[in-house]
Amino acid sequence: MTTSEVAPEAAPSGAEPPPHTGSAATRRLGFFAAVAVALMLFFGLYISGPEVTQGEAVRLFYIHVPTIAAAYLGFFVTLVGSVIYLRTRSQFWDLLAASSAELGVLFCTFLLVSGALWGKPTWGVYWQWDPRLTSTAVLYVTYIGYLALRRMELPPEVRSRRAAILGVISFANVIVVHYSVQWWRGLHQGSTLGIDSEIGGMQYFSFFLGLIAMLLVYAWLLLHRFRVAWLSQQIEELGLARALAERRAETDNGGAF
Amino acid sequence: MHWEFVAVGYSFVFGGLALYTFFLLRRGRQLSRRVPPDRRRFLD
Repeated sequence: MTTSEVAPEAAPSGAEPPPHTGSAATRRLGFFAAVAVALMLFFGLYISGPEVTQGEAVRLFYIHVPTIAAAYLGFFVTLVGSVIYLRTRSQFWDLLAASSAELGVLFCTFLLVSGALWGKPTWGVYWQWDPRLTSTAVLYVTYIGYLALRRMELPPEVRSRRAAILGVISFANVIVVHYSVQWWRGLHQGSTLGIDSEIGGMQYFSFFLGLIAMLLVYAWLLLHRFRVAWLSQQIEELGLARALAERRAETDNGGAF
Repeated sequence: MHWEFVAVGYSFVFGGLALYTFFLLRRGRQLSRRVPPDRRRFLD
């Protein structure tokens, strides 16, 4: 039996939860995220002007830095979820950690691609084995490994425990990525928002709009992704319960003969 | 100058987000139809 056969379709009605992952909270959050993205696009692509040395490429900065903020947040939530799971063995925190790691990897993909596209016109190369870029690539591969571990055919408790341990260990690399520009000398610039920052005015404003937009999008996606993970877990449990019931029935029938 | 990099970057990020969102919401709908209402307690 496949997991798709475990339960009949639930007929939607006013009293029942809706047959999707939306709710009043996600609709409100989604509305604010959409408004923030629209404003960020308007200010980032139309209102703010080019920068003196970077030219139009500065506009990539409005998505590049916010994506690393969202990825950092995603991996931090994975760390928190993993630590709490190891202490409480709560399924909620395990699924939250897994959902957030997937979003962290998604935003890390955007980070690497937007960074490469920013690097070509600014540095003259898409990629350089610079400490920041290399440590980010290692971070990316590590969390892909975390997601691969979550898909391994293991007993659920073993899989969750191993993933939680990896979720805790992997976060050390986030710290390495963040401080890599201070610890080692490389091509990547230091903090873009420091006192000696080259951007200002409307460029700063567009960047902060991008930051708010990406964090709202992350929060909205996390709610939906968590609910999808929760539903998958329910189906897995229902399938297991159904399979056990069938096995018991078969055993009982066999015993009767 | 460099608008082509900006266009590709924004298209990749927001196109990617749109695609991910589409498949995530579709999967949510498919799964929630297979789960009895009493087990959808995180959907409120």
